[in-house]
Parts: sequence; structure tokens; C-alpha cells
Amino acid sequence: MTNQDSDLNTSQSRISARLSSLIDNYYIRKIAYSIVTLLGISVLIFVIARVLPGDPARLALGPRAPEDVVEQYRQMLHLHEPLYVQYFVWLTDVFHGRLGISLVTFRDVTTDIIEFLPATVELIVFALVIDVVGAFTLGVLSGRRPNSAVDNFVRVFAYAGIAIPSFVWAIILQLILASWLGLLPAYGRLSLGYEVKRITGLVTLDTLLQGNIPAFFDALSHLIIPSLALAIGTIAQEARILRANLIENVNKDYILNMYSHGLPGSVVFFKYALKPSMIPTVTIMTLDMASLIGNAFLVEFIFNWPGLSRYGITAMLRKDLNAIVGVVLVIGLAYTLASIVIDLLISNLDPRIKHKR
Amino acid sequence: MSRTLDAQRRYLGLERRVKRENLKRVWYRFKRSRLSLIGLSLICLLILFVGLAEFIAPYPEHAGLYINFKDAYKPPSLEHLLGTDMYGRDVLSRVIFGFRYAFLLIGIVLSLVVPTGVVLGLIAGYYRGTIIETIIIRLSDIFISIPYLVLALAIASILEPNIYNAMLAVSLMWWPWYVKLTHSVTASLRNEPFILAAEAQGASTVHILFRELLPNQLGIILTKVTLDAGWVVLIGAAISFVGLGAQPPTPDLGTMVSEYSKYLPSYWWMSMGPALGIVLIILSFNLLGDGIRDVFAGD
Repeated sequence: MTNQDSDLNTSQSRISARLSSLIDNYYIRKIAYSIVTLLGISVLIFVIARVLPGDPARLALGPRAPEDVVEQYRQMLHLHEPLYVQYFVWLTDVFHGRLGISLVTFRDVTTDIIEFLPATVELIVFALVIDVVGAFTLGVLSGRRPNSAVDNFVRVFAYAGIAIPSFVWAIILQLILASWLGLLPAYGRLSLGYEVKRITGLVTLDTLLQGNIPAFFDALSHLIIPSLALAIGTIAQEARILRANLIENVNKDYILNMYSHGLPGSVVFFKYALKPSMIPTVTIMTLDMASLIGNAFLVEFIFNWPGLSRYGITAMLRKDLNAIVGVVLVIGLAYTLASIVIDLLISNLDPRIKHKR
Repeated sequence: MSRTLDAQRRYLGLERRVKRENLKRVWYRFKRSRLSLIGLSLICLLILFVGLAEFIAPYPEHAGLYINFKDAYKPPSLEHLLGTDMYGRDVLSRVIFGFRYAFLLIGIVLSLVVPTGVVLGLIAGYYRGTIIETIIIRLSDIFISIPYLVLALAIASILEPNIYNAMLAVSLMWWPWYVKLTHSVTASLRNEPFILAAEAQGASTVHILFRELLPNQLGIILTKVTLDAGWVVLIGAAISFVGLGAQPPTPDLGTMVSEYSKYLPSYWWMSMGPALGIVLIILSFNLLGDGIRDVFAGD
């Protein structure tokens, strides 16, 4: 064996070792899996857009478009070619941000999405904050003192949360807080008379960046009812799961061990009992986030919230195919990314997961 | 000869008695929780409404298209327990007919989704570690990775908006959850001694899937079916609410909430009636589902 050969061998084995450790890496595996899923989503959406009955070009351009324009569009979509060619043409367009023209706004769907997405992000993030803070507060309170007043309240509240759909919560909250009590505005994102320049598109952030404090509070007051309507259904259920796990973990031997070492009760509870108890709740939150994103469609519709979901609903009601595809694609992408973040969070809470195959 | 027959008869009798005994035990476990009993009676009541809507509803002719402007916009009273709507129709009667559509939705969706999902899940779990499992599970993951309501709305919107396409849309997004559930249980049962014994005796795959693996997870599946019945109503109502499901004047609960919510806040009782109907269905199925879960939790 020459010197060069052995050099090659060691470098090869080093590469393969690096590669296998890469494959073993939990995060890399997670991300690779997500890429496969995302490609799958794109195929699914393509199938929905193309294979369902009707002529996609005719659907995309609307019933009043002249035949030669439709024919031209058919050429553009490569509709005369086999399905897999169409898919690759479509996917290339998607990667270039070409999602076609919306029938509703007569603009590029990408432009529309960029315009409407921030409002939805703002709503969902705000709802998630309410959800997480509410669930953990109620869960810890009821888990620390089972059968207390808080615990019983959470128990009843959980059933109400399961049984009342978020669009009904939206109507009820709108009716009580806005119409009857007049505490908060019932519709929209900002009252008339406030001028906010668009920087990020998130109104609350933009008003703060511009130092417009009254507008900030106005935007905040518009956010409260819709995000509460989104979060309220899941808060109590997540609190119940946290409570059950807290009660289970508090009675475990390692907690007794901590006490016997003389650690103060609150340290034992928050540092040693709470952390592992959070894992199932955080896991459930991935699923709850899916329902939250879905329900945002209804809530934006009810509150006339100028976001992506309301745009999506309008597109769906008018059969605006390009816009529907764009919205579902963006939401699928966002949800997959969010699931990765939650997975990373869970693996941080529960290091055992990283080593499971 | 007679002795073997005798033994056989005695064995069959014993089996019957064991079955009866098991049923008694199930009922005992179920009725321990008052909430599940309430759930069961509510479901029975709802089924009664579904079957006998024409006789129970105070104004059965108000279910569809009916106009009587004299009685329009009446708040709840003894005559109209949930008030009347903008055409003077009795909201309670319409809600009672709405239960019929809700149960139709539950029946059709679950009878499409449960067999499909369970069979695929059994196959994926039984062929653990093969390409078959990978394909089935990845496919389910793709469906699951789009928020379900968004997917259902998108499918419903591309089809014609009516109640049957709404059912189809709900079914298309629902089956992966049953795949996931049965797959995980089946995969954990896959190498249990009783499965290996059946394989060693040369039992067919169909026998192993449906006579060995399936009966061992019926409890879990039944619990999920019961809990899901409520969710199906919820998703169906959401689709109707945005106008992609049943169209007025169909007395569908979601459609009604949507129609009547335009008259908020002045005529708030109109939308509260059908909303209450939706809540009642979801709540009863959840209570019942919790009861069924408790029954099987001891096994």
C-alpha cells in the first residue's frame, strides 16, 4: 500500500465517520425528515390544484376569461405535458416565488401573501403567548394544590374549552366584551385616525418603533379579543395535562430525595418537578398550534382581521386557485418550521429523546 | 363421544357466562363516573332528536325555506324557546333538524375514515421496519403537517360547496390520525408472544391483523372514535360557517351560526341557539369518550 493510498483511506474513513455522526445527529435527522415532508406537502398541494375535476387554467383565470387567454395560460402551465413535468415546472415557479395572479386582488399572489402574512403572524403569536402563559400559570396553580378552587375552576373550564369551538368563543367574546360592555373594539386591527407606517407589518411593533404610544395601545386593544378567542379553548386542556404530570412527578422518589437533601420546597417544585412535567404539555402544544392556525381562518373572518387567513377564506369562497395554493403552501411551511422549533424545545427539555432511534 | 359433546357444551356455556360477566364489568366501570352517564344519556337524547325530529320539533315546517315576517326577530319566549330568526322561523326547531345533519356528518365521515385508517395502520405496524411502513407513515405525516382545518377548507373550496363535499374534505384530512394511532399500538404488539405463536402456527396475515392485532386495540380505537365524533361536528361546523359547506336554507348548525351571526349584536339569540347545539354535541361525545376511556384504562 502506498502512502497516498493510506492517506485516501483514512480521509475516506474520516468522511464516513463524519457522515454517520451527522446521520446520528438528532437535529440533522429532524431537518432532513422535514424537507421530505415539505416536498410531500408540495406534491399534495399540486395534486389538489391540478387533479381535482375542472380545468386548472379555466379555474385560475375565472369563467369570464376569453378562450385564447386561457389557452395561453394552459401553455404556460404546461398542461399538455405529463403530470410530472407539470409538477417540476410548478415547483420551479414556486421556488422563484411565482405563484400566479390572484383573481380577487388582480395582483401577484406572492405580493398579497407578503402583505397579509404579518397580521396573521401577529395574531397567532399573541394567541400563543396568551395560551402558554395561561396554561402554565393555571397548570402550576392547580398542580401545586389539587382540588383547590383554582383546580376546580380549571376542571370546569377545560370542558368548556373542549366543547365550545373557537368561532363560537369569538362570537361570545365579541358580544360580551365589545358590544355589551364596550370595553374593547369589535372589529379590525386599528381604529380610524391612526397613521402607522409599515415597517415590519406587525402593527404593534411598528407603532413602538415609531414611538406612537396611543396607536400601540389601540392596536393592542384590537388584538385582545381575537387572540383570546383563539387561545381560550386550549388553555385549560394544557393546564390539565400539566397538572396531571405535576401530581405524578411530585410523588416520585427523586423528588423525595431532593427534599431529604434539604432543598427548599419551591426549588424542588420549580426546578425538579416542573421541568419534566412540561414535556407532555409542550408536545400537545404542537397539535394545538395546528388547530390554532386553522381556527385563525374563522377568527379573522369574524373580526375582519386583514390577515392571510381572511385572504385565504376570500380566495376559497371565490375559487381563486392560485391564492388558495399559495396560502396553503405558506401555512404548511410555517407549521412545519414551527413544529421543528417545538421538537427542538422538547429535546432540550427531555435530553433522552436525542439518543432514541 | 357424548362426553366430548358435553364438555363442548359446558365450555360454550362458560364462554357465554364469561362474556356476560365481562359486559357487566364494563358497565360497572362505566357507570362509576357520573359524567360519562350524563354523556351517554345526552347522546341517547340527541339520537332521539335525530330520529324523531318531525315529531319533537315544535314547528317542523320551519326547518327549510319558510317565511313569516310577522314573527321575525322574536327573542326567546315560552312559545319560541330559542327565539325566531329573520324569516320568523323557530330557531329551536331548526336546531333540532340541525342535529340530523351533524349526525349524518359523523356517520359518513367516521365510516369512511376509521376503516381506512385502521387497516393502513395495522399493515404499517405489522410490517414494521419495511418500506411498506415507511410509505404509509410518511404519507400520513404529510397530511398531518398541514393544519387540518386549513387542508379541509382548501379541499372543500376546490370542490362545489355542499354538505357532501364538506364530508369528503373532512374525511380526506382525518384518516392519517387513525393510521398513526393503530400503527403505534400495532408496532408495540408486533413482537408479543401471542403474535409470534400465531405466526408459528401458520396463521394467515389477514387472521393476524384482524383477529389477533385488531381486537387488542378495539378499546383505544373506540375511545378515539367517540371523542372524534365531537371533533367531526366541530370541523364540519367550521366549514359550513365560512360558507364552504351546506348552503342556506339547509338547517345545518354551522351554516345557521354563520347566517345568524350577521344579525349580531342586536339579535344575539339567533346565533346562540345553533352554537349551543354544536356545544351540546361536542360536550356529550367528550363525556361519553372519557367514560369509555376509563372502561378500557384498567385492561
